[in-house]
Formats: sequence, C-alpha cells, structure tokens
Amino acid sequence: MKPPIIALIGNPNAGKSSLFNQLTGLRQKTGNFPGVTMDRKSGPWSIDDQTTATVVDLPGVYSIYPKSLDEQVVTDILANPQHPDYPDVAIVVVDASNLHRNLLLFTQVADLGLPTILALNMLDVAKEQDKDVNAVRLAMRLGVPVVRINARTGEGADALRKAVMKQIQEPVLPGKPLFDPADEAPALIASTKAQYGLSNNYLALQYVIQHDGFTFLNEQQRNGLDTLIADHDFREVPFQASETITRYKRIAQIVTEVVTDQRPIGKPTWTQKLDRVLLHPIWGYTIFALILLLIFQAIFAWAAPFMDGIDTGVAWLNGQLKESLPPGPLTDLLTDGILAGIGGILVFIPQIAFLFLLVSLLEESGYMARVMVIMDRIMRKFGLNGRSVVPLISGVACAVPAIMATRSIGTRRDRLITILVTPLMSCSARLPIYTILIALVVPSRRVLGVFNVQGLALMALYLLGLLSALLAAYVLKLILKTKERGYFIMELPTFKLPRWNHVGLTVWESVRAFVWEAGRVILAISIILWVLASYGPGNDMQQAEEAVRREQPTLSSDDLNNRIASERLEASYAGKFGHFIEPAIRPLGYDWKIGIALLSSFAAREVFVGTMSTIYSIGAGGDDEGVTIRERLQQERNPATGGPMYTPALAWSLLIFYVFAMMCMSTLAATQRETKSWKWPTVQLIYMMALAYGAAFLTYQLMA
Amino acid sequence: MSKRSVADLKIGERAVIQAFNDEVMSLKLLEMGCLPGAEVCMGSKAPLGDPICLHVSGYCLSMRKSEAATILVD
Repeated sequence: MKPPIIALIGNPNAGKSSLFNQLTGLRQKTGNFPGVTMDRKSGPWSIDDQTTATVVDLPGVYSIYPKSLDEQVVTDILANPQHPDYPDVAIVVVDASNLHRNLLLFTQVADLGLPTILALNMLDVAKEQDKDVNAVRLAMRLGVPVVRINARTGEGADALRKAVMKQIQEPVLPGKPLFDPADEAPALIASTKAQYGLSNNYLALQYVIQHDGFTFLNEQQRNGLDTLIADHDFREVPFQASETITRYKRIAQIVTEVVTDQRPIGKPTWTQKLDRVLLHPIWGYTIFALILLLIFQAIFAWAAPFMDGIDTGVAWLNGQLKESLPPGPLTDLLTDGILAGIGGILVFIPQIAFLFLLVSLLEESGYMARVMVIMDRIMRKFGLNGRSVVPLISGVACAVPAIMATRSIGTRRDRLITILVTPLMSCSARLPIYTILIALVVPSRRVLGVFNVQGLALMALYLLGLLSALLAAYVLKLILKTKERGYFIMELPTFKLPRWNHVGLTVWESVRAFVWEAGRVILAISIILWVLASYGPGNDMQQAEEAVRREQPTLSSDDLNNRIASERLEASYAGKFGHFIEPAIRPLGYDWKIGIALLSSFAAREVFVGTMSTIYSIGAGGDDEGVTIRERLQQERNPATGGPMYTPALAWSLLIFYVFAMMCMSTLAATQRETKSWKWPTVQLIYMMALAYGAAFLTYQLMA
Repeated sequence: MSKRSVADLKIGERAVIQAFNDEVMSLKLLEMGCLPGAEVCMGSKAPLGDPICLHVSGYCLSMRKSEAATILVD
C-alpha cells in the first residue's frame, strides 16, 4: 500500500517547518516537486506501528491565490487530486497569536473538501500577548479536529498523531463551507462542475479563477473555462474581493467566540521597540552595514584556518598516494587529476557553511525582513525590489541558490532583473582566483596601520561586482518595459530566537548540495583536462620531446625535464586549444597557457586555479615538491620580453575579467530553469562576457 | 468627504479603513487582513519614509507608500 500523504500547509512564520522537523527529524529528503524545480521537502513519519506516512512541507502562503512562483505549487497540488502529492490529510498549521489572518487560508483549504486538521501552534506566543484560544469551541465552530501543539518543543505530537490516524481510517470531511461560491454565482459553478466532473463548489471556483496557472489542464480545457467566464459575465476581481471580505467577516465572528484577548491597548511589544532602532534612518543602515561586515569577516577571516586545514589535508593525501602507488598514468590521473579536483571543491566548504549559517540566522530571527524594508527604496531605483537583497547577499556564496531564492519576488520583471544581475556578485568560486592573483602583484603591507593593501584590493573587487550588478540592473530596468506593477507587501514577523537544529539543517543541506552539484562538474572537467594535457594528436608530443633532446644536448637533467614537459604540453590537445584561441585573448595580455585555463573554466570558474596548477605542474616536469602555484606563476617568464609573465597589467586584466565573466554552467542552467527560456541565459552569457572582455581589454591596455 | 489614505498617517496615528481605490491591489491587501472597518496604526517608516510598517489585524505589515496610498481612511 502506498504510504498516506500528509501535507503541511500554513502561513509563512506559522511554524510549519518546525513541525515538519519535529515529525520527520533527520530523515527528511529535499527534492523537487514534479514538473517544477521548486524545493520539495518530504520525510517519513511513523504514525503507529503499522502506518508510516509521507509528510510533505508545502511553501508558506497567506491564501490559496498565489502571489509568486513559490506559492503556485500549493494550489497546483490542492486543486488536482491526480497530483502525486495530493494529500490524504491536510494539516493546516495556524499561529494562535494571529488567529484572524491565519484562519483565512485554513477556511479556503477546508472548503476544498479535503480531510483537514487544524494544528494550533504558538499558543505560548499568544499567552505572552495575554491571549488564549479555546480549542474545543474552535473545533466545534469549524467542524474539523483542532490539536494544540508546540512545534518548537514537540508538545502535542501524540495528539496530532491520533487525530491524523483517525482521519486516515475514517475521514471526516469539513461540514458546511464557510464560503460557498454557489451562493453568489450558482449558474457558473453548476456549469463548471458539470463540464469538468467536479463535486466541490470551491474547487470549481478555483478552476474558474486560476485556470491559467493550472498546468494539469490542457489548452482546450482552459479555453473552455474562458468561454464559461464570458458566457456568465463573471468578473473575478470583485468576486475574489467579496470572497475575502465575506470570509474575514465570518472568521471575525468565530475569533470573538474563541479568543480571549486581555492585552492592554497600546502597550508596545518588544518587537516594536526593536523595530524603532532597526528601521531607524541612521541606526538601521549602520546596523545593517555592521552585519554585512561581520558576514565578510566570517567568510574571509574565520573560514581561513579551516580552508588551510583542508588544503593541507588534501596535499598530504596527495603526497601519500604518490609515494605509495606505483608511478604511471593512472596514479597521475588519481592524484593530479581527480584528487586535485576534489580538493578544489572541498576547500570552499567552510566559506559556504559560514555564509549560510549567518544568512539563515538572519532569516530565522526575522531580521532579514527588516533589511528588505530598509533596502526596498534604494533597490527600486535600480529596477530591483526589497526582496532582491537576499539573492544578492547569497550571491556572494554561490549564484545558484541565490537565483533560486528569487522565487519569493512576486513581480516578474523585478525577479528577472534580479536573476540576470545576481551572478555579477563575486561568488566564492572567484575568491581563490582573486586571492592568488592579488598575492602575486599586490604587496602585502599596511596602510594607516590597520588595513592590509591586499585586503583592500580584494574588497575593491567585491565592491566592483556589487556596483556593476546595480548598474546592470538599472540598464535592464530602462530596457525591459513592463505594464505590470511592482509591489512590496510583506509581513514583518515578530523577532524570534533562532532554532539551532533548523539552522544546522539549512547549513548541512546547502553544503551537501554544493559539494554534490558543483563537485560532479569540477571532477569531470579535471579528468578531461588532465587527459587533454597529457595526450596530443598523433605523435606530436613525442616529436616535441625528441626535438628538445636533439637541440639541447648540454642541459642538466632537471632543466631538460622541464623543457621537455613544457614542450610536450604545448604539443598536447590542450596546448593546441590554447594556441587556437590565443589571437582572441592576446589584446587582454593572455598567452596560450592562460587560454587553456580560460577555456577549461568556462563551465565553472573555480576550475581556473586548478587548471593553472595542472598546467604549470605538468609543464614543470616531475621534480616539483614544495613549489606552490604562486611561486610557479612568479617564476614564469614572458618569452617576448624576458621579464616576468605575470605583470600587474596582466594580473589585473585577469582579475577584472573574472569579476564580470559568466563562467559558470550551473548558473546558466539555474537561469534557464527559473526563467523557463533559453533567451535569458543567452542574454546573461553575452552581456557578462562582453562586459568582461571589454573591461579586461581596457585594464590591460591602460596598464601595460 | 476627505481623501486621506494610510500613506498620510503619522507614526503612531490610528485610523479606520474605509475603502480602496485600486481594485487589483486591494485583493492582496484584503488577504493580508486590511479590511474595510479594520483599525490600522502607523508603526514605523523606513528611512526616507518609504516603505512603511503598519499595524493591522494584530500584526505588522510592511508596504510601499504607493500601496498605502490605495487604502483610504476616514
């Protein structure tokens, strides 16, 4: 027997995710809802000895009428009994401290005629506000089981289990609907029900109002509904407005019967007191700036020792393997190819973990909503939205989750612009490139006693990324005209202490996704690159080696080996690729070796440093223990001038190139998925690449 | 008959919602609990006075000034 499906539904901040974590613990799975790339969290829940249900956590919504893409999924499931996630029992989680607004969604779900349970959460918060809810009377008035729970502590889980079990065994459907659309539009509802084989009046209304968003209907069915609407002269906006008003009117009656409110009028809560500071014209921005500084500090300074540790560990393992395995191409592939590639991924874990830790703390506590409020006005000037702040901040770690986070932006144009500019924020994959090139050409000294010049250079690159993202957004705002009205209506949740298990889970999930998603790409590219750099067409590499031996018979064995290795690399497939694109990148100051690195990092920019070390270590012969990639780059000579290859002009040209360049397949794939078109990833790729080429060209020509 | 809207309220000022002058926006606001007859109180304003934070039906709702201007009060 298929396990019964229990859907968790509720307003944002009602405690739905806490309840989900309580019920499923660590056994939860994150996947996608069928057909959409919306995160779907599900997990098993043992209701009794024989029954294990599948709990599905649906995105938080205020009503059954979706306002943004992530909200659409709730209606998609509830309106379609054929949907694989269509619940056997719907648990609506309700915030008892704000029963009035939370009941709107509840009554809509109940009116769809599903077996429903109301989980009354946050009674402790209600109590702090001198409010109490009479659960028994509420159950009588609504005609569904009501269970008092505390999602944070797990109180009430047993009662919930019993109620769910009862609903599975003998489902009790909600009684008389709170709002019956047949009262107002009887003919339309009757025809829709007859034509589409529906039995529920409210479901029929959803077909009428929302059919454009229902992917489970075919075009003919949707057109049929358009005809029905025209035939009955139905006007959906006033109808929906009167539905909401009627519901709230009836809910208000229920609330006055079940809630006792003894709150002294006008007494400010501590959330209100905090808001006075956090939204203050001066203090608000100061605090936000300090928090941003803290995040950067964590990413760069606190993560450093962990990153060094991982680096050392991987290098040690590499050395051990090289010593213990017999030398040969397979060992080389394992060490220089695969292990070097994996090390390149693992080293980002501390930064990603710190970033997601801090961002999820800000979200959990309710502070992020305040940031959106104080940033909305500024963001709007650039064609963005207050809600764009979260993607832009997350973009400093990785553009892929950042682009997925844009789903909460309800305005289509704001969302599109946010997606298009987010990859300009310097993500953590750019950091190793920045670090290594800055160390090469910027002196490590202090100015004004505290600031390290290298640190300032790094900061400047990040600021350049941010400014270009804002400018690009501004230009896009001028190009993309829309009739759609932007809006920003958002609940400011009360401040809460973060739930540490929740935060831990978020961090764990994001690290796991990063290692798995980015890891596969990097691993594949490392292997391909290693093969391309170790083999060449025909016997070109052989001939190159013999030529060196013939022409330079007097060289010492070390120098000879180095020359041979570098000539062989030049004759390899990778070398030929590099030479092929050299004319195009010459104006930026790059040679064929950098060309190889550029090409290989085209799919994922984090490959750049790995490629550079592969190229320069393959090109450096066998005896290279203890020479870091930085030293090797420093020793590299420019064959034309005889001076060092990595002049400040070249290094800055590369740095600027990587600030702008769209070198990330995963990001393009995310843009494609999120915009459901090939047009926007193409636009993104072209505009960022053009920007990168132009800016790097200017930099090199001005500095050289 | 005055045409005052929520956007005109000062911090701490209370008013009762009368009507909306924008049908589409009113759907979103109604669902969030801004109902005709409900009492609202201007909680705080972001720097430069936009967006604003409104206390309505027992919680705090933020919106842009232009959106607040569609909510007419007595």
